[in-house]
Amino acid sequence: MNKILIRIKKSELEMISMDHIEMQRDDIGAKLGMWIFIFTEILLFGGLFLVYAVMRHRYSADFHQASLQLNSFIGALNTVVLLISSMTVAMSISAVQKKDKRMATILLCITLLCAVIFLVDKYFEWGHKISILLYPGTELMQSLKHGYILFFSLYFFMTGLHMLHLIIGAIVLLVALVKVRMGLINEDHYVLLENGGLYWHLVDLIWIFLFPLLYLVT
Amino acid sequence: MDPEVKHLTEYSIYGKVLIGLLVLTTFTILVPWVNLTAYTALIALLLASTKAGIVMTYFMHLKVEYSLLKILVIVVLLIYATVILLTFSDYIFR
Amino acid sequence: MTENDNLHVEPSYLTDTGKRKGITAWLTTTDHKRIGLLYLWSIMVFFIVGAILGETMRTELFKPGQQFYGPQTYNAIFTLHGLIMIFLIVIPGLTVVFGNFVMPIMIGANDVAFPRLNLFAWYLYLLGAAVVVISQFTGNGPPDTGWTFYAPYSTQTHTNVIAAVSGAFILGFSSILTGINFIVTIHRLRAPGMSFFKMPLLPWAVYATAWVQVLATPVIGITLLMIIAERVFHIGFFDPALGGDPVLYQHLFWIYSHPAVYIMILPAMGVITEIIPTFCQKQIYGYKAIAISSLAIAGVGSLVWGHHMFTSGMSKEAMWIFSLLTFLVAVPSAIKVFNWVATMYKGAIDLKPPLLYAIAFIFLFSIGGLTGLVQGALATNIQVHDTSFVVAHFHYIIFGGTGFAFLGAVHYWYPKMFGRMYNFRVANIAWCFLFIGFNLLYFPQFIIGVEGMPRRYFDYLPQFTTAQQISTIGGYILGIGFIILIINLFRKNGAKATANPWGGRTLEWRLASPPPMENFSTQPSAPDNPYDYE
Repeated sequence: MNKILIRIKKSELEMISMDHIEMQRDDIGAKLGMWIFIFTEILLFGGLFLVYAVMRHRYSADFHQASLQLNSFIGALNTVVLLISSMTVAMSISAVQKKDKRMATILLCITLLCAVIFLVDKYFEWGHKISILLYPGTELMQSLKHGYILFFSLYFFMTGLHMLHLIIGAIVLLVALVKVRMGLINEDHYVLLENGGLYWHLVDLIWIFLFPLLYLVT
Repeated sequence: MDPEVKHLTEYSIYGKVLIGLLVLTTFTILVPWVNLTAYTALIALLLASTKAGIVMTYFMHLKVEYSLLKILVIVVLLIYATVILLTFSDYIFR
Repeated sequence: MTENDNLHVEPSYLTDTGKRKGITAWLTTTDHKRIGLLYLWSIMVFFIVGAILGETMRTELFKPGQQFYGPQTYNAIFTLHGLIMIFLIVIPGLTVVFGNFVMPIMIGANDVAFPRLNLFAWYLYLLGAAVVVISQFTGNGPPDTGWTFYAPYSTQTHTNVIAAVSGAFILGFSSILTGINFIVTIHRLRAPGMSFFKMPLLPWAVYATAWVQVLATPVIGITLLMIIAERVFHIGFFDPALGGDPVLYQHLFWIYSHPAVYIMILPAMGVITEIIPTFCQKQIYGYKAIAISSLAIAGVGSLVWGHHMFTSGMSKEAMWIFSLLTFLVAVPSAIKVFNWVATMYKGAIDLKPPLLYAIAFIFLFSIGGLTGLVQGALATNIQVHDTSFVVAHFHYIIFGGTGFAFLGAVHYWYPKMFGRMYNFRVANIAWCFLFIGFNLLYFPQFIIGVEGMPRRYFDYLPQFTTAQQISTIGGYILGIGFIILIINLFRKNGAKATANPWGGRTLEWRLASPPPMENFSTQPSAPDNPYDYE
């Protein structure tokens, strides 16, 4: 296994402190680390998908009825928005590689805009449910059929956890955008953008499964 | 791991991938209208898995990454699938 | 690179040579050797707390009826004892102390792949521990659910479950970050020429462990979040009144917690695999088998979790599938035992303290493993489930296994870490107390377990009294052994250690004792055979 370590220009070396060993930059290692972290996220959501699978198996009819309460149009819109944002963040890496700072900036801005659109949509979706007291813990919820309770619990838990990851991903990409503007992410040094992109794609991947499983239950 | 070769994917490739994903999304939405009863969930999952595979292959650059990474992704997904299957060995037969 | 390189030139990693000095230098270090020691001290402190809790339980159980605290307190104590021992000691234990200190040196690296992440993981560990401790004193009292937090009790009890569970969640995150770090380290930082199959077997063990840490821990993470959501929002996943299933909690919990025991034992096996060749001055028997079996144990061990649930109401089909897989996972473990013994056969055996611990490990782990099979078989499981037979089984494996391996590792790498030897005679005496005390404490629990003594019970029927008293006395002997051991190792009056006091062949024995901050000033070349004796 050959390892290529990218040597940093001497002018960019930090002072070697005897408190720690100066480590040579390793982009392949950084990306491998990010992929492993993505595996942990897959298993994290995996636990929720497992609960979903078991409960849908037990309450298939109720799940179908309950899912009609969700707005499939907004769900589909969110799906499209996230797919577009995945494309733009992937393109932004190509832009950086092409030294096209302007294009990279535009693409990352579109990505972040998509994130905002998604969150706004979710605000309306959740807002509506909350306004009619259809969320976990309310008396209304406890009075519903078991399958309905579990469906809505899963809906809020899964989309809530997804939203949290989306916000984190957006923050990471915002930091990446700032670094692109400052030239710290450039054609020689863009692993942070790649890793941020990978995390963003994970957010997209989770939604790709959430959408049919929550909104299109038959 | 192979020595790192810088792979630059053209914008147009990503554009084509997006179109493919949007087409699959359209199918996903149309599937419930086609009454396939018990198979609907399976088809929906297959469509979602295909989309996920496309995102991983092209957007996440697995296509151009070293083979260790591709193997790891497959192994992890297999382990997860096995865990689901084993759990269902309880629920299906209760 | 000769053995005399680095010996007289550079200050050791224990000396502060940078801008910061003293405690500040240690608390901001990113050096894997210092971080290993930071973990070692933390673990020692928490272990003393957990051990004292155990001793109070043993004292309370000396006679039937209440001695000095009641059932609620007893429940809280075994919960905390379990939480500390499992999440703060044995799950992180060998990995974060010796995985950190020794593994990078063994592969010829100067540090791990992400040194700052390494330090961050230690801070998360402390934070998680702090939250668990705080959970004892706030809210409506310390949790009494057992460390397993089974629903529905854990979602309904008024005690401080959310805090304890949050602490466990943070600890899980620490474990995941360490796992990521070690996997990338082993893939990216091996010395030139050191392919995977030329790596020593401790890195192999740490590698397999790291994968389990990374893939299994998120499942307990989400499960603990579900417990919190259940308590706060009544989401109903595990509540039959809302349509949920308590057994689903058990599935999710054990999907992590069974692989967790492989996180505990795999590095322990790695340590034993390092100690035995050194003190037999012989090539390890079956290198490839041991390497592959580490991965096999990690893999198959992730699929056996149902054997904790045979009496829970699972389907019959699930029960026999899990039972079959459980028997299968015993095979790679047994392979290791055969290989260790085969290595010792016709070796030049030098019965130093590390080897004493390794031999004790083989004996105690074998008993633990074999009694595991009793539990893995469906019919006998019904008899022993939730009895003290189970308590004895897991203490033999975790304490007799991981615990003794940890002590063996301490005695093996002590000269390397601190640059001094210790008194062998006193170390051996401590070992005697530990070994005798351990067996007196736990073996009777097998017997009364089969006879019907339930676990987690604060009181018991009079017929179990003799066995319980033997156990308690064993517990005190064990405690004395620990005191002797600690005093012996803390006395810094041993002879200065040479680079290689034991005649080991792995790369850490080429460095000075203690090593310099920068392990290798020139990148070492990998030996063809990591266990190259005669």
